Amino acid sequence: MISVCSENPYNGIVPNNKKQKEILEGITMKKALSALIAGAMILSMTACGATSSSTANTSSAAETSSSAAASTEATGTVSGSVTTGGSTSVEKVILSLSEAFMQENPDVDITYDPTGSGAGITGASDGTLDIGLSSRNLKEDETGLVATTFALDGIAIIVNNENTVEDLTLEQIKGLATGEITNWSEVGGPDQPVVLVGREAGSGTRDGFESIVGVEDACVYEQELTSTGAVIAAVAANPNAFGYASLSAVDDTVKAVTVGGVEATEATVQDGTYAIQRPFVFVTKEGEELSDAAQAFIDYATSDAVNEIIANAGAVPVA
Amino acid sequence: MKVKKAIESVMNVLFALCGLFSVAAVALITGYMIVAGIPAIREIGLVNFLFGTEWASTAADPKFGILPFILTSIWGTLGAVVIGVPIGLLTAVFLSKIAPPRVAAVVRPAVDLLAGIPSVVYGLIGMMVLVPAVMDIFNLKSGTCLFAAILVLAVMILPSIVSVSETALNAVPREYEEASLALGATQIETVFRVSIPAAKSGIAAGVVLGVGRAIGEAMAVMMVAGNVANMPGLFKSVRFLTTAVASEMSYASGLQKQALFSIALVLFCFIMIINSILNFVLKKGDKA
Repeated sequence: MISVCSENPYNGIVPNNKKQKEILEGITMKKALSALIAGAMILSMTACGATSSSTANTSSAAETSSSAAASTEATGTVSGSVTTGGSTSVEKVILSLSEAFMQENPDVDITYDPTGSGAGITGASDGTLDIGLSSRNLKEDETGLVATTFALDGIAIIVNNENTVEDLTLEQIKGLATGEITNWSEVGGPDQPVVLVGREAGSGTRDGFESIVGVEDACVYEQELTSTGAVIAAVAANPNAFGYASLSAVDDTVKAVTVGGVEATEATVQDGTYAIQRPFVFVTKEGEELSDAAQAFIDYATSDAVNEIIANAGAVPVA
Repeated sequence: MKVKKAIESVMNVLFALCGLFSVAAVALITGYMIVAGIPAIREIGLVNFLFGTEWASTAADPKFGILPFILTSIWGTLGAVVIGVPIGLLTAVFLSKIAPPRVAAVVRPAVDLLAGIPSVVYGLIGMMVLVPAVMDIFNLKSGTCLFAAILVLAVMILPSIVSVSETALNAVPREYEEASLALGATQIETVFRVSIPAAKSGIAAGVVLGVGRAIGEAMAVMMVAGNVANMPGLFKSVRFLTTAVASEMSYASGLQKQALFSIALVLFCFIMIINSILNFVLKKGDKA
């Protein structure tokens, strides 16, 4: 067809404006491009075949680089570098804190490796990390370690403003999240279906909500969104919805319910009465002296001076 | 004279370098996709990866089956084509054969403008207007579903279908149509029996371009589809191949991250297939 038009002998039937001509040319370009892509594909495939053994190595590159970062750890006291790692949920807080600390102490270099709370605790215990980061308290069998809480994470349960439900127990939240409770009337609300709006897999808030409520990998989501703001917007838009969001992000477009009669506020998180919260902790080895830089960082991060930084990062400072 | 020659040869090299730049970019992307995408497929197993029906990337016992994403992408694109192609084709017929020049002068820029609207705007309007409307009309508990995504995609693929089809229809020799009319066929009969069949390879190219856009779209569908890794259903919250990559990338680590690269590789293969179909369609059109 295209060639018909480019060689078209009939007047007035050729592309009748510039725009159409451009489109036609666009197609031919696309054609050329796909030929190139095909060529490139063949090239890279052969390249791949030749180095197939090295491909396997690249797969673990991410891991190696992370452990490499961890092993540059400073055992000496003068090097001024501090390696931290662990919980992904603490990322925002720890990065804000370390940035502020490094600004005050330009000779200190703090690294953070988001590997998960478990890995953070293991790292602290086997010495690959100066400071392990965890978003839960130590378990009983995790001995020989010291946990220092530097911030708290409160997660609000939010519903649409039209929803008449004011209070939910942890048990009810669990039922709503897992799909056992499918209608709001079962928990004293209006006769309408329940829709859970949450965060994507890997999000710290999702991990926090699911682990505190005890619904790991059992939630029946209707929407998985990639930011706290999007969750709040989605809950605000759907009268059936409920979701979870960092305490600091909740505004009046949605309603935060009380959990077991306790309102979600900074104060109730700090005094421990609000149930859906967890601590962000530094994990260090018991009885072992930290490097000056690491100790200085812990002292800094647990001082009152950083309360604002912690609050800005979406967490609740320790009272 | 010498200076002129020197400029000529310098410019030639410059043009060649610019040409090579895009080749290099394509080669780099292709190479990287393959290198980054293969490890996770190896670890998970190709069959488990492509045909696994469960995706739970951060679960204690993680599952990396992307069949829901593949099927969602296929159904979503198919749905968009089913809705978008008739509308687009008839718009093209209208613009090319029926509309008075003045009306066409309004409709054509409007369709072109549709192509220029950023996908996030489609997503935003979908989220604020379409999703609540779908929820009300179909009495659903939540409006974010495959159907909403299909509607958004159908609108998004209109411009490529309309523009390319219109060009193809305009290129049909007028003699064909005049002969048909002279034989007593009505204008509608002429359009459907003569013009469209004569322009079919150009129309097909437009449809394939539309399919390419639909399958590669991430932002708009992410905002209206709900993004839950369900097997596709018209009114279920679903996750496309594109959104599967985009939604989990920010916090992903380890095998989860590698699996996301593998999803991107699968998506890349889809696009390659669509491109070769386009190539084939155009080549066939050249011969005809």
